[in-house]
Amino acid sequence: MTKSKPWISLSGIGLFAVLLLAVAPLVLTDHWLNNLGKYCCWAIAAVGIGLAWGRGGMLVMGQGVFFALGAYSMAMHLTLETAGDRIPGFMVLYDPLAPLPVFWEPFRSTGFTLLAIVLLPVLLASSLGYALFKRRVKGAYFAILTQALAVALATLISSTIRETGGDTGLSDFKYFFGFVLNDPANKRMVYLIAAALLIVCLFAVWQLYRSRFGELLVATRDAEERVRFLGYDPANVKLVAFVVSALMASIGGAMFVPIVGIITPAEIGAAASILMIAGVAFGGRASLFGPALGAIAVGWGQSSLGSTWPDGWTYILGLLFIVVILFLPNGLSSLPARFTAARRSPDRQPAPAIVAAELEEARP
Amino acid sequence: MDALIAPLLNGSAQGALLLLAALGLSLTFGQMGVINMAHGEFLMIGAFTAYLVQQVIASSDLSIPVALPVALVVAGLFGLLLEVTVIQWMYRRPLDTLLVTVGVSLILRQAALQIFPSQGVPVEKPGWLDGQLNILGYEWPLRQLFSILLAAVCVAALAAWLKYTSFGRRIRATVHNRDLAETSGISTRTVDRLTFFAGSGLAGVAGVAASLIGGTNSQMGVQYIIAAFLVVAAGGIGQLKGTIIAAWAVGVTLSYFAYWTTGSLAQVLAFILVIVFLQLRPQGLVTVRTRSLV
Repeated sequence: MTKSKPWISLSGIGLFAVLLLAVAPLVLTDHWLNNLGKYCCWAIAAVGIGLAWGRGGMLVMGQGVFFALGAYSMAMHLTLETAGDRIPGFMVLYDPLAPLPVFWEPFRSTGFTLLAIVLLPVLLASSLGYALFKRRVKGAYFAILTQALAVALATLISSTIRETGGDTGLSDFKYFFGFVLNDPANKRMVYLIAAALLIVCLFAVWQLYRSRFGELLVATRDAEERVRFLGYDPANVKLVAFVVSALMASIGGAMFVPIVGIITPAEIGAAASILMIAGVAFGGRASLFGPALGAIAVGWGQSSLGSTWPDGWTYILGLLFIVVILFLPNGLSSLPARFTAARRSPDRQPAPAIVAAELEEARP
Repeated sequence: MDALIAPLLNGSAQGALLLLAALGLSLTFGQMGVINMAHGEFLMIGAFTAYLVQQVIASSDLSIPVALPVALVVAGLFGLLLEVTVIQWMYRRPLDTLLVTVGVSLILRQAALQIFPSQGVPVEKPGWLDGQLNILGYEWPLRQLFSILLAAVCVAALAAWLKYTSFGRRIRATVHNRDLAETSGISTRTVDRLTFFAGSGLAGVAGVAASLIGGTNSQMGVQYIIAAFLVVAAGGIGQLKGTIIAAWAVGVTLSYFAYWTTGSLAQVLAFILVIVFLQLRPQGLVTVRTRSLV
């Protein structure tokens, strides 16, 4: 893989920051700005998927789980903040004297909530990742296990109506850490926080990709055995990438709640997790900007086409998977490179790096 | 007594359905390293085939036995179509086939939703499956026994086919060592297609059995695919024996957990159990010892 010069990526991140933080708030209406904020949340999760899947070769099909940890932590805090001293409305619905569930109590504290958004995904991802990677569970096994976890969590939340709101989810948040959410200025602020976090995440993975760790991660993806023989433990390398990607999904989920105003199991289940993958595959899994741009594009498609023409959108999404994975395994971001390579030497196609990666796993 | 025996029997029936769904998955995964996420939708196709056959043959006593081979062929042809159009181009990237077939499953599910009524269609049970069998005081529905018998017949047929026919020998040779099989003059391409046909066809048969137990609708495949894959993972890839034991164990465990707790908590517990099990035996229950680095 050729190394691009650092200033190209840096100016790319800078351009992205200017577009999201300065141009978008000036150009877009409040409604669209809020929508863009939602896409940014998915994009934050997508940047993490790009790290784990694109660079690390771990197909994470259950990022909805970590998205949910952040989202529900935030939603519980906002619900309690809105309810004040009383019990949240939906709990009293079934039993007027219902006590607040024990695990809700600590989420009254702002500090604990913020800590939970960071620590919960890190704890879950590291214990799950440790258990799986140390026993060399990989490839399709890993993918399906993460997906199974997302299905299990979504069913669990759906079935615990009294504790988590069930299928209707948590909604009607009035305050965001003391700010009134109905105020357009505060909505703008929430958007800016989400967009800024996306920029921070992009910068973080850019640094990771440049580091020795980034090289090791790609090496693990392409030839895990060789990395092991060189004296590194691939399990640790993969674990770090998996935990970072889980953390990013959680941050995306946490910002999703004040922006969208509702979190339900449908936003975190198997279908939602697959939607997150779709954006990454579309944009280009191994590139720096591909996952974020792809997630924004798919998010836009989901909320515009998905609501006006839901039947057609499902077909488009299905075809997107088939066409992109079949013909463009490195996503749209590989198009320019392909184009220039084809122009320089018409008879030679650029070797897609990912093909080599998966030859390694060809034998189950 | 009832509390102990009921989950065991219900779970065994559930395990039989899982086994039917997992057999094909295990076959294609073991041989080609391909994870077919549209496998659950092939099961759905089998169930809808049972419904369509019932529209032609009014008598439900007769239509279900007719539907079984028809579903095998219809789902098998869908599988063959998928192999020829998409999967054959992706053998060098097995992990990517997982995502491509996710796309296929989205499309099939949406198509089913639009072709058939969204609340699902009724598949009538044949009269000879109406009764119950009294086992130690528990009235066991005969249709559950039917899925167990169907699974047993399919497993026996598949095992015999793999063991005694020349196609079966070729499939086993390809599973063991693809390169060597090819060097010996076996067309692994033909073998792959045949395996995909058989595996998808088995899902269709499972769909007919599933249509007699649960509802027939566009979402029915989703609930089987993950559980079926966990069965394959726990049983060991491409191993009939392991798949049978794992399917039964997962079915019964889920059933007992669901009985003691709730259905949703049972799923979470079963998931944790599979993770723990993979700690003990990362390659699954039954493994083939090789010197290759995995």
